Amino acid sequence: MNARILHIATNTFREAVRDRVLYNLIAFALLMSAAAVLVGQISIHIEKLVVINLGLTAVSLFGIVIAVFIGIGLVSKEIDKRTLYTVLSRPVRRWEFIAGKFLGLAGTLVVNTFFMAIGVFAALAYVSHHLESADLGVLVALYFIVLQFVMITALALLFSSFSTPIFSAIFAFWLFVIGSFAQDLRNFAAMAHGITRFLATAAAYLVPNFSALNVISQVAHGEPVPHRLILLNTTYVLVYSAAVLSGAVLIFERRNLK
Amino acid sequence: MACTDRAIYSFESLLIIFLRCFPAMLAINILGLEKIYNVGFWRKRAKRALWPLNLRVEEGEIFGFLGPNGAGKTTTLKLLMGLVFPSGGSARILGMELDDPRMKAQIGFLPEQPYFYDHLTARELLRYYGQLSGLDAKQLSSKVDAVLEQVKLIDSANVQLRKFSKGMLQRAGIAQAILHDPKVVFLDEPMSGLDPMGRREVRNLIEDLKTHGKTVFFSTHILSDAEALCDRVAIIHQGELHGIGAVAELTASVHGKVEIVWQTAVVPAGIRSMGAECHSAGDSTRVILPEENQDAALEALRREHLRLISVVPVRTSLEDYFVAQLGTSAKSEAVSSRTLHPATGDGQVIKR
Amino acid sequence: MIRSRQVTAIASTVLVCSMAMAALLLRKVDEAPPAASLQQMLYISSPKLLKRLCLGYEGLLADIYWTRTVQYFGSKHRQGGGTYKLLWPLLNITTQLDPHLIPAYEFGGTFLIAKQPQGAGDPGKAIELVQYGTQMNPNDWHLFYDLAFIYYDQKDYRHAADAFLRGSQLPNAHPFLKIMAAQMAQHGGDLKTARMMWSATYQTTHDKMIQANAAAHLRAIQVDEDVAALEQLVQTYRHRTGHFPQTFSEMVSSNFIHGIPLDPLGHPYRLEAGGRVIVSDPDDLPFLNQGLPSGYVSKAVPKLSTAN
Repeated sequence: MNARILHIATNTFREAVRDRVLYNLIAFALLMSAAAVLVGQISIHIEKLVVINLGLTAVSLFGIVIAVFIGIGLVSKEIDKRTLYTVLSRPVRRWEFIAGKFLGLAGTLVVNTFFMAIGVFAALAYVSHHLESADLGVLVALYFIVLQFVMITALALLFSSFSTPIFSAIFAFWLFVIGSFAQDLRNFAAMAHGITRFLATAAAYLVPNFSALNVISQVAHGEPVPHRLILLNTTYVLVYSAAVLSGAVLIFERRNLK
Repeated sequence: MACTDRAIYSFESLLIIFLRCFPAMLAINILGLEKIYNVGFWRKRAKRALWPLNLRVEEGEIFGFLGPNGAGKTTTLKLLMGLVFPSGGSARILGMELDDPRMKAQIGFLPEQPYFYDHLTARELLRYYGQLSGLDAKQLSSKVDAVLEQVKLIDSANVQLRKFSKGMLQRAGIAQAILHDPKVVFLDEPMSGLDPMGRREVRNLIEDLKTHGKTVFFSTHILSDAEALCDRVAIIHQGELHGIGAVAELTASVHGKVEIVWQTAVVPAGIRSMGAECHSAGDSTRVILPEENQDAALEALRREHLRLISVVPVRTSLEDYFVAQLGTSAKSEAVSSRTLHPATGDGQVIKR
Repeated sequence: MIRSRQVTAIASTVLVCSMAMAALLLRKVDEAPPAASLQQMLYISSPKLLKRLCLGYEGLLADIYWTRTVQYFGSKHRQGGGTYKLLWPLLNITTQLDPHLIPAYEFGGTFLIAKQPQGAGDPGKAIELVQYGTQMNPNDWHLFYDLAFIYYDQKDYRHAADAFLRGSQLPNAHPFLKIMAAQMAQHGGDLKTARMMWSATYQTTHDKMIQANAAAHLRAIQVDEDVAALEQLVQTYRHRTGHFPQTFSEMVSSNFIHGIPLDPLGHPYRLEAGGRVIVSDPDDLPFLNQGLPSGYVSKAVPKLSTAN
C-alpha cells in the first residue's frame, strides 16, 4: 500500500521537475536574490536586512505561486487527460492517489526551496562576507516557509479534487491572502459583537494561519524565534493539512469522474 | 420506464439468471447496472445515461459492445472500472466486486483517446503502471520490454510520449492494459483515430490476446471491426440494450442472396430472364440473385463461355442489422418489445 | 461498497479531530505573543511606501492597522502598561492611509497625552496627529474638540480656547464649543472647567475606553471637590471643639454631619491625623490630586472601570 503512494509521489515529483514553468520561476526567484544585493547597496548599513527580507519574501511568494499552479492541476489535469482512469483501474485506492499526489508536490517544493535558499545564502554571504550564528534564523524562516507550502499544497489539492483549475487557483490564492491576515481577523473577531463576532471567530479559526508562519522580518533583524513557536507551528501545519487532505479524500472518494 | 415494467423486467432477469446457473465463472456479470446523472446547478434534472443493463461475458471470448456515439458504452465501462458509481444494480468481474483490489490486479483498461503522462517515455510509463499494479520489481524490466515488443513500440521505448503519434499512443495504451497479464481486458474504442495499418495491428493484438486465453471486452462504433473479431456482440443505443448474440446469428439473413461477377459486359439471356438488375462497370458485370438461382445462373454463363470472376454469398451485414435496430426503435416500441422479449444476455437473439 | 465506507469513516474522523486540534493550537499561539518588534507590527514602517504598495486598498489597510492599534493598546494595558512606543507609529500609519478615520484621532488624542504607564506620554505627537486631522477634515468639529482637549491638558488655555472657537464656527458644531471657548479663556484652571470638559468627552465619545477614562477623571474631580469641602468642615469642627476629629463617626455622633460621607464609588472617606481627608481605596480612584493617603504610591496602571 505505501509503495503505491510512493510511486505516485515519485511520478508527481518527476512531472513537476520536467515542467518548464518550474525552472522559470526558480530562475526568477534567484534573480530576486541578486537584485536584493543591488538594492541593499543603495541603502547603507541595511544590505543584510534587505537581502533577507527580499530574498525570503521572493522564496515564499514564488513558492506559493508554484504550489498553487501545480497543485490546482494535480487532480483535474489527470481527469481531463484521462490518465487517472488507467491509474484507478489498477489496484490503487482513491485515497492513496490523493496522498501520493500531495507527497509528490510537497517533496517538489522542499527541493525547490532548497535551491532557492542557496541563492539567498549566497547573496547573504556576499553582502556580509561571513555568516553569523544569527543567520541560522534564516533557516528557521525557510523551514516556516516550507510549512506554508505544505498547507497551500493541501488546499490546492483539496480544490483540485472537485473544482476546475481556474476556480481552484482563485480560491487557493484568496485563502493565502486571508490566511496572511489571520491574526488581524482574530483581533477583529475579538472586537466585534453578536453574530459578526461568531462568524468572524469561526472564519478566523477555519482559515489557514499563514501569519504565524511569517517570521521574515523578525529574522531579518536578527531576533531569535522562540522554540515554542517552532513546535506549535509544525504541529499546527501537520494537523491542519491532515484535516484538509481528509476533506479532499472525502470529496474524491465519491466523485463521479466524467 | 414505468414502475410495473421495471418490476416485471427485474423479476424476469432474476428468474432467468436463477434458472441458468452456469458452472463456469463468468468473466463479466452485469446485473441491472444503471446510471442516472443529476445535471444542472440549481434545479437538478435527472439525465439517464444507462438503463438497467444485464449482460454476461464468458471467459475467453471477445465481446464487442456496439453503439453509436453517446449510446452509453463509455458509461458502462466507467461503471465497471469504478470511475463512476452506479445509481442501481451491480456487477461482478471474475466473480469479485468492482472495488476489490484483487480484481483490479487482474484486469486491464484502455480508455477512449487517452493521453497518458506525456513527460514520461514509453518505458517509464510502463514501469510506473507496472509498479502501481504491484508487479515485482525484478520482473518489471523484462515484462516491460516484452510488452513493448508485443505492441511494436520497442524502438520508441525511450522517446517521450508527447512525441508519439496517435497510433503509437493507442499501442502504448494497449501495452499498459496488458502489461500485468490480466485475465480480462477492457478496451474503449481501441481503433479510434487509427489508420488502416494501425487498425490491422490492433486487430492482431486483440486476436493474440484471445489465443492466450484472455477475455476481451471492447466498445466500438466501427462495425466491420466487430464483425471480424467478436464472438458475440451487444448493441446499445441511448442507454438501452437492443440486441445481443453471436455475430453470425445476428447477421444470418432469412433470404440468402448471392452476388455473381463475370467478365465482359455481356449479360446472358438466362440471367436476364431472372429479372435481376445487372450492373456493368468497365469490362465486368455484377448481379445479385436469390440463392436458389445460383446454379442456373452459373450454367447460363458457362453456356455463353463467359469467364466467371467471383461468386459470393451476400449476407445482411452487421451494419444493416445495426441500422435496422436503431432506425426503427422509438422509445415506446422498445419498451413494449422489451417486456415481451427481455434481453437475457445469454445468447438469445432478439427478433423484432 | 464496504471499503469505501471505511475510508469515509476514517477520513471524516481525521477531518473533525484535526480541525479541533488546529483551533486549539491557534489559541496556544495567541497566548504566547512574542515581544512585538516595531517591524513585526508594522511590516513596513514608512506610511508613504505602504500607501504606494497597497494598490489602492488603503481603506482596508487603514482598517487593519486601526484594529491592530486598538488591540495593541488594549493588550499592553492589560499586561500592566508601558511606554506604548508603537502607539504613535501605528496611529500615524492609520491616519496616513485613511485621513478620515476620525476615531483614530480621538484615540490618539486621549492616549498619547496620558502619562506613562497609562499612555504614551507624548503630547507633542498628540498635537501633531490631531492637527493633521483638522487639516484633512476641516469641517469636522469633533477634531477641534480633541485638539482643544490636548491643549487644555497641557494647560495651554489660550490655544485651547482658540481651538474651541474655530470648532464652534463649523457647521453642526455642538453649542457647547462656544461656551467652552469663553470658559477656557477666562477660567482655564478651574475645577468647574475640568468637570465640563470631561463631562463633554464622556457624553460625546463612542469609544468605551475613552469613556471609562473620562469617567475616572470625573470621579477624581468629584473627590477633589469633596475633599476640599470635607476638609473645610473638619477645620470648622476643630474650631468648634478644639481638636481634630479621629473619625467621621465622631462627627456624626456629635451631630455635626448627617452621615458618613461616601466617595463616588460608594466607599466612605476616612480621616487622617491633622485633619486630612483621604479615600478608602486610592487604587480605585486614579487621577486624584487630593485625598491621597500620606506616603501613598500610586499603582502602575489603575483600573479603568466602566462603572459609573
